Amino acid sequence: MQALYAQLLVGLINGSFYALLSLGLAVIFGMLNIINFAHGALYMMGAFCAYFLLQLTGIGYWWALLIAPIVVGIFGMILERTMLQWLTGLDHLYGLLLTFGIALIVQGVFQNYFGSSGLPYAIPDYPQIGDWRGLQGGMNLGFMFLPVYRGWVVIFSLVVCIATWYLIEKTRLGANLRAATENPTLVRAFGINVPRMITLTYGLGVGLAALAGVLSAPINQVRPLMGADLIIVVFAVVVIGGMGSIMGSIITGFALGVIEGLTKYFYPEASNTVVFVLMVLVLLIKPAGLTGRAA
Amino acid sequence: MSALTDDTLPVTPRAVRDEMIVFAAMAVLLGLVPLTGIYPFFVMQALCFALLACAFNLLIGYGGLLSFGHAMFLGTAGYCTAHALKEWGLSPELGILVGVAASAALSVVTGFISIRRQGIYFSMITLALSQLLYFIYLQAPFTHGEDGIQGIPQGYLFGIFNLAKPTVLYYVVLVGFLAGFLLIYRTINSPFGEVLKAIRENEPRAISLGYKTDQYKLLAFILSGTLAGFAGSLKVFVAQNASLTDVHWTMSGEIVLMTLVGGLGTVFGPVVGAFVIIAMQQYLAGFGQWVTVIQGVIFVACVLTFRRGVIGEIAHYLRRSL
Repeated sequence: MQALYAQLLVGLINGSFYALLSLGLAVIFGMLNIINFAHGALYMMGAFCAYFLLQLTGIGYWWALLIAPIVVGIFGMILERTMLQWLTGLDHLYGLLLTFGIALIVQGVFQNYFGSSGLPYAIPDYPQIGDWRGLQGGMNLGFMFLPVYRGWVVIFSLVVCIATWYLIEKTRLGANLRAATENPTLVRAFGINVPRMITLTYGLGVGLAALAGVLSAPINQVRPLMGADLIIVVFAVVVIGGMGSIMGSIITGFALGVIEGLTKYFYPEASNTVVFVLMVLVLLIKPAGLTGRAA
Repeated sequence: MSALTDDTLPVTPRAVRDEMIVFAAMAVLLGLVPLTGIYPFFVMQALCFALLACAFNLLIGYGGLLSFGHAMFLGTAGYCTAHALKEWGLSPELGILVGVAASAALSVVTGFISIRRQGIYFSMITLALSQLLYFIYLQAPFTHGEDGIQGIPQGYLFGIFNLAKPTVLYYVVLVGFLAGFLLIYRTINSPFGEVLKAIRENEPRAISLGYKTDQYKLLAFILSGTLAGFAGSLKVFVAQNASLTDVHWTMSGEIVLMTLVGGLGTVFGPVVGAFVIIAMQQYLAGFGQWVTVIQGVIFVACVLTFRRGVIGEIAHYLRRSL
């Protein structure tokens, strides 16, 4: 049973990354109508940003959680202003191709300087309050041993996901955002700067990817290609979820992570492919995806 | 939303004449290659990729369907042909038949699943399906995992042509390429091709005219996948191996890049694009990982400033259909 719970936990962690990444993709897709193929590369940049902060300036994990998404988010906004902006009105396949090119450039540059092997990033051992040694160590829950860091990742990403959902679905800013996806011209007439909103939205989506990168650095090490294969699984998650709603992509992300974890326990050979197989099954039964509107 | 290729010219007798002249010139030039000092292996490899890119272009350029998983047909046909030749000891023509049949069967299944969604969803589904196959081939015993299938016997085609001789192999590959090319050319200039173009331009309108667009798209997908498989089978004889690189999704990206550089939806664009990209990989190999970066830059440059591609720009300048 210990192994089952352990795999469930691994599944939940992967699910957190799927949820954060597909959430960012959904936010970007909603405003820019672009499937951001560079999402995996930007996730990787988030992890590298945390690594550099620690190595070059000694800034640790907690500040990296804040700084890395901002830095990568600004990088994303520059990308949007200099390149993605020019694709407005074109077939959205061009957005996919452009961001694919950006992903190749970013990953290629990092591979040149860091090879393909992983760089370690330690789990933070502070704040030290009494017996509490930061996120290192673990807790015995009785039925299983829970490494603190892993529990932290799951809870923290859940909080971020729900905060993003709240921002978009329940605040005035979110209302403007959703209105702008429906009818940008009209929203503009109300005096809202839609192009700036689009840029900020892209920055937000990219920031979510970078945040996932920082979270994953202590677990998966920091590698130039860490996002490259992950992004395709996330695409499958997006197809299954249908990207119709923000909540849909969060729930689908976590659920698929858990299913993947369970597969790893019961039938490990299929663990790499189960998400894709599920995608095929969902498409056969419900072509628009679980939460998607009809195409 | 503008279509992928916004300035397709109508098929007129003049356009067909132009295209046939260029085709004849291409066939003659390629036929002369063994007489020159050009490394035949490079040209053969480029021809295989050119056929692959043309098959891919049939889908995106004329059907508006961006498949991001065409590597699965290349890889599947490659593995099946290689296995048939090496383990079953089949003759080359039967080996090719096995590979093409496998990719045809695969394209029926994957096409049926993926055409249920449109636009970028279609792209993501094809990408995910090809990654599914990648993992299957990674674990399946017959592909030998990371090692791939090595040292494939080339044998005698129809019992006559010794494929171990570079010149013979070259002409066999060339004939295969030209045959595939003509089949694609015939398809896009047929009533079927016209319906495909209509679907690309405005699918709801095509539906309202009474066309079962899903059937047309599926048929185009099967044709494209099968021809891509044919390219993969030919490639086995050139490279004498079948490996995971051919199934990996980065290969699918390269196929897209070749077509984009040459010109989406142009008849000769994918051929030029394939030659450009293969030549680049050949001559820039010394730069190591920078080749990826350069490819990325080309991608970005093409999408931002050069959407018609090499042949598309020339055709636009000459106001001809190429």
